[in-house]
Amino acid sequence: MIEKTAAELSQALANGEVSSVELTRSYLDRIKKYNEELNAYITVCEESALAQAKEADKKRANSDNSPLLGVPLAHKDIFCTNGVTTTCGSRMLHNFIAPYDATVVDKFNDAGVVMLGKTNMDEFAMGSSNETSYFGPVRNPWDTNRVPGGSSGGSAAAVAADLCTMATGTDTGGSIRQPAAFCGITGFKPSYGRVSRWGMIAFASSLDQAGPLTKSAEDAALMTNVMAGLDKKDSTSIDKPVEDYTATLNDSLEGLKIGIPKQHFAEGLTADVEKGIQEALCEYEKLGASITEVDLPNNHLSVSAYYVVAPAEASANLSRYDGVRYGYRCANPVDLEDMYNRTRSEGFGEEVKRRILVGTYALSAGYYDAYYSKAQKIRRLIKNDFVETFKEVDVIIGPTSPHTAFELGAKNDPVTMYLEDIYTIAVNLAGLPAISIPAGIANGLPLGMHIVGKDFGEAKILNVAHQFQQQTDWHRQKPNFGQES
Amino acid sequence: MALDKSEVEKIAQLARLHISKSETDEVANRITDILALIDQMQSIDTESVEPMAHPLDAVQRLRVDEITESDHRDELQNLAPETQDGLYLVPKVIE
Repeated sequence: MIEKTAAELSQALANGEVSSVELTRSYLDRIKKYNEELNAYITVCEESALAQAKEADKKRANSDNSPLLGVPLAHKDIFCTNGVTTTCGSRMLHNFIAPYDATVVDKFNDAGVVMLGKTNMDEFAMGSSNETSYFGPVRNPWDTNRVPGGSSGGSAAAVAADLCTMATGTDTGGSIRQPAAFCGITGFKPSYGRVSRWGMIAFASSLDQAGPLTKSAEDAALMTNVMAGLDKKDSTSIDKPVEDYTATLNDSLEGLKIGIPKQHFAEGLTADVEKGIQEALCEYEKLGASITEVDLPNNHLSVSAYYVVAPAEASANLSRYDGVRYGYRCANPVDLEDMYNRTRSEGFGEEVKRRILVGTYALSAGYYDAYYSKAQKIRRLIKNDFVETFKEVDVIIGPTSPHTAFELGAKNDPVTMYLEDIYTIAVNLAGLPAISIPAGIANGLPLGMHIVGKDFGEAKILNVAHQFQQQTDWHRQKPNFGQES
Repeated sequence: MALDKSEVEKIAQLARLHISKSETDEVANRITDILALIDQMQSIDTESVEPMAHPLDAVQRLRVDEITESDHRDELQNLAPETQDGLYLVPKVIE
């Protein structure tokens, strides 16, 4: 049962084939057995999960058949959860217990979803391998010597290893999509502002967006139905009606126009991944889609612009960690200045400090125009490239990552790690929705296909992803990890 | 653009981060590498381009100026390392 999608479990729960308590217990048992090796969860909430499951079973017995009622999920440890530790993968917040729920958490609670626990992540979501977590790296269930990707690495590994049915994540430069690709699952980043950021610990506020990590595009649609919508507590959330994202999943792709950016099939892309994506594109042709090459001429500048915008915003957002109101405080400070300096130096890890320094530099007197303002101009050029391209095509498809999951410790200089997100970052700068779905296996490791849509084109890309999953079974492939008989 | 040690010390001070003498070189080198990546931006002319602060060019939504929050002082101060009589305690600032 535990390997099933949320849509399938919803059906099984509605039919009385299984109870939420039984399901929840199965996942909790599995977490006990396998989490030590994967390190996917930072916190497991056994007691409250079982209580939520009991509640869900009661509601099901009273003929409440809300789609995700009683389905077990994990939250990335970046979402504040009332009464449960929220660490953001950092020593700075290792003891932080939020006195409120994030809007996303609230919405899943209201939908009767069972929270199994909180998943590991790169510290403050800064990383592409889950190696910057204060709580240690997460391992990829497809090969435990490899990284699961990041920053939502714990969520991706947990879904892939059936330590939950589905999970939440956040994506600032690729942090949902790249781990989804590395772990052979579906990861969806909605348009900027589609999902509330309230109670989601801030990294780069003009880029951050929450989304689902799931076993299918259909599940991503079900989760997005719950997550999306205006939130008055987040002034950047968008006041636009939420569609039923499951309603159009089965629309025909006859006549769909797919653009493939030549910049995403150029130097740096490994042959394995290229072959997988080309084969996937053939599936779309069989479904009646047409494929044309498109040009995103400023794509190569996206990583540069991102590494100004994101650290600059991060340096401002992370200035709140001062050891005064919550979180870590250094021992025996001699004066106020010493308390700030040592609290922050001891509380933050290397990568976080590096980004704070880069951001502080970019915003410091005399450099604003050369860095932050310049990056915002590049950001507009990148957005314009997409706007022009979407006049010709309905969706843009390419690889999610240039290669499959790499080994732990393989990329130890920051710039090499930053270039990991070369295909995903432009989408965040432009605020567009995008999904990564499994599209093949190369040398025993899954590879991801990236589908980008227009502003608020969530329904279209979920439809395009779902139709592929109706024709192929890459999303059904499982790692050998945890498959003992 | 290469960063020297004194610049690293200056930004660390602005960011309220302590960097030990033994780490300064390493930090300067890493940041210099990152700035080299960032400087690829300078390769194109953006003179006539309007900066984009928000991906949808949205503007701040305003609301009526009225009190919507209730008092959570005690809950919030429970999270603090040190409080007294409803105040946050920090090392002595004024003699």
